[in-house]
Amino acid sequence: MERANIIQNPIQNPIQNVVRHVVRHVKQALVAAVWLSFLTLPIMVIRVDTVEKTVTWRWMHLAYMAVGSFVLALAWYAMMERRNKSQAKKELETVERVSALAGMLADPRITRPLMAFGLLVAVAFPWFFSLYQTNILVSALIYVVLGLGLNITVGLAGLLDLGYVAFYAVGAYTYALLNHHFHLGFWAVLPLGAVMGAFFGILLGFPVLRLRGDYLAIVTLGFGQIIRLVLENWSAFSYGPSGISNIDRPGLFGISYSVEQATTYMYYIMLALVLLTIFVTARLKDSRIGRAWLALREDEIACQAMGIDNTRAKLMAFSLGATLAALMGVVFAAKTTFINPASFTFMESAMILAIVVLGGMGSVLGVILGAFLLMLLPEYLRAFSEYRMLIFGATMVLIMVFRPEGLVRAKRKVYTINVEAAG
Amino acid sequence: MAQNPTGMNGQNAGQAVLSVRNVSMNFGGLRALSEVDVDVRQGEVVALIGPNGAGKTTFFNCITGIYTPSEGEITAYPKSGKPKRADGIRINGMRTNLVCELGMARTFQNIRLFPSMTALENVMIGRHCRTSTGILGAVLRGPGTRREEQEVVDKSFEMLTKVGLEKLANEYARNLPYGAQRRLEIARALATEPFLLLLDEPAAGMNPQETEELKQMVIRIREEFKVSVLLIEHDMKMVMSLSDRIYVMEYGRIISTGTPKEVSEDPQVIRAYLGEDSDA
Ligand SMILES: Nc1ncnc2c1ncn2[C@@H]1O[C@H](COP(=O)(O)OP(=O)(O)OP(=O)(O)O)[C@@H](O)[C@H]1O
Ligand SMILES: [Mg+2]
Repeated sequence: MERANIIQNPIQNPIQNVVRHVVRHVKQALVAAVWLSFLTLPIMVIRVDTVEKTVTWRWMHLAYMAVGSFVLALAWYAMMERRNKSQAKKELETVERVSALAGMLADPRITRPLMAFGLLVAVAFPWFFSLYQTNILVSALIYVVLGLGLNITVGLAGLLDLGYVAFYAVGAYTYALLNHHFHLGFWAVLPLGAVMGAFFGILLGFPVLRLRGDYLAIVTLGFGQIIRLVLENWSAFSYGPSGISNIDRPGLFGISYSVEQATTYMYYIMLALVLLTIFVTARLKDSRIGRAWLALREDEIACQAMGIDNTRAKLMAFSLGATLAALMGVVFAAKTTFINPASFTFMESAMILAIVVLGGMGSVLGVILGAFLLMLLPEYLRAFSEYRMLIFGATMVLIMVFRPEGLVRAKRKVYTINVEAAG
Repeated sequence: MAQNPTGMNGQNAGQAVLSVRNVSMNFGGLRALSEVDVDVRQGEVVALIGPNGAGKTTFFNCITGIYTPSEGEITAYPKSGKPKRADGIRINGMRTNLVCELGMARTFQNIRLFPSMTALENVMIGRHCRTSTGILGAVLRGPGTRREEQEVVDKSFEMLTKVGLEKLANEYARNLPYGAQRRLEIARALATEPFLLLLDEPAAGMNPQETEELKQMVIRIREEFKVSVLLIEHDMKMVMSLSDRIYVMEYGRIISTGTPKEVSEDPQVIRAYLGEDSDA
């Protein structure tokens, strides 16, 4: 209460206040516009024709530049002002404000039908949309699971893993090699891949147990690179950069099917795996294990001092995340029927991390939305060809500026207590 | 040694729950603790006082396994639990989580809650070492898991009521007022079912009324849970009225020990505190 008085400047006249802000923003925007026009002067205005040896001065361009940047800057400052205001307000409240949308999302009467509808759309999708669309969606679903897997390690347990793609590669190569050498089928290798993932997760987990933050990030980054380099250079084992081709698609009780049907089949396999992953992560999140991960993320020393075995909790988070990545690796190899180390670069790890961070660390719904946004946006922006990556980057920056906690802020479970029983 | 004026309850009063012998702690060239002897007996409230930088927090860190002491013996005597041994358990350098599991739970001088978890969940963390659900159990959520989970919620809520935070159960820890955060730390420690509660400056930053309430709370908790309390505190009024015995530390050494009355009359203590207004 006292703080409120200090922070909020008691300005009597609200109109005066608004005018003051507007004038300030206009000034700032003007400065930005002038500065930008000046900087871009050589490119935008002066044009040297080397053949005719003439210089044209396109002054109109300067005007476009100035007006354009002025409008954009003004909009930017106005938006920042709104953001700061709402944040300052939030900080003054002890009880956290729930936005209307978040409130609706917390109400099971609204979420249940919404979820049922979403599931219906998902199941019907391949019948109403083209093969191309279905194919894109399968890729997006793979990234949903990868995101949810990394969300366990990074979002819940707070262990920054920059080499996550290594586990994805482990799964993919497990299937590719076993299929190539021993003709093992997809369904046989799927659980094997999971086991391999868990094994590699623990393998990496042990040496990095004592590391934290930046150090952990660097070591995992190195691990990711090592796996890729081994795959690229140990040709006798992994067939090097040329990769492994003609990997079998998933079997369907011995029935043979066409390539089109394969996409639909793959889609349903992925849908099932996504649902399974959502189920598992949602249950873990509000369990004894999930709480331990969260405590680990929040304060490692306090966590251990309260009786949680940090080593165990970390290894569990690492290996569970790795298991999901390896599962997706198997699916990926079966989907593309061809893999090589180029699919497992650092760029992939960064992408999956971006999904988790943009979606909202620790939030299952957030990570799902993040995966769809980051996977589908570049795909559908193909129409804008060369601006595609620019728009993509700008979207990421905007999300981080205006929703620093990600698209969906992770919420903790609200417990209802039977007061009489609890005494 | 001095006998206890008030705090005797429980049958095995007088029996040691923690005994620290000759413990020293060196940080490079700095000797933060030197040949410290401390005993805590069943049901006692023992205070550890001393000027800033005397080594009190370092002492806590040594007995909870955050640091391994350079020399000396720390022995705990758990009243129950699996590793019950009459001759005690040596806990020098034991892993922090095992010390907690043994039954010694602490709070921190600079509050260390889990800010983006709710108050109730913070306390539920304390139940972790007394429960056993694993990954598979959590995913399948069978009747056993559900029962355990319900028990965790009920017990944790009960702890919150003990420290008067039941109304704020579903509030994020980061949003709690300062005094409530300190009490939440105590509730979280209590949830681990300790035989010894280690409180590092629980009244720091509290006003006199809050401090008085805290004192009453510690008395209630001691009675109800039959725990012993080892307390670091700068508030002399609280220390003098609450503790059965006091240890005074200066430059890593115990310079005086005894009942509040004895200690407050000890010329060495008066000298150590002279001109020091450490009561912030
Ligand atoms: N990890 C460490 N490394 C080096 N020196 C340390 C370390 N921890 C504590 N010290 C030093 O040990 C001494 C005792 O510190 P400690 O925090 O135990 O004091 P304190 O009695 O708790 O003081 P306060 O009343 O201010 O909390 C200080 O000089 C401190 O700088
Ligand atoms: Mg201290």
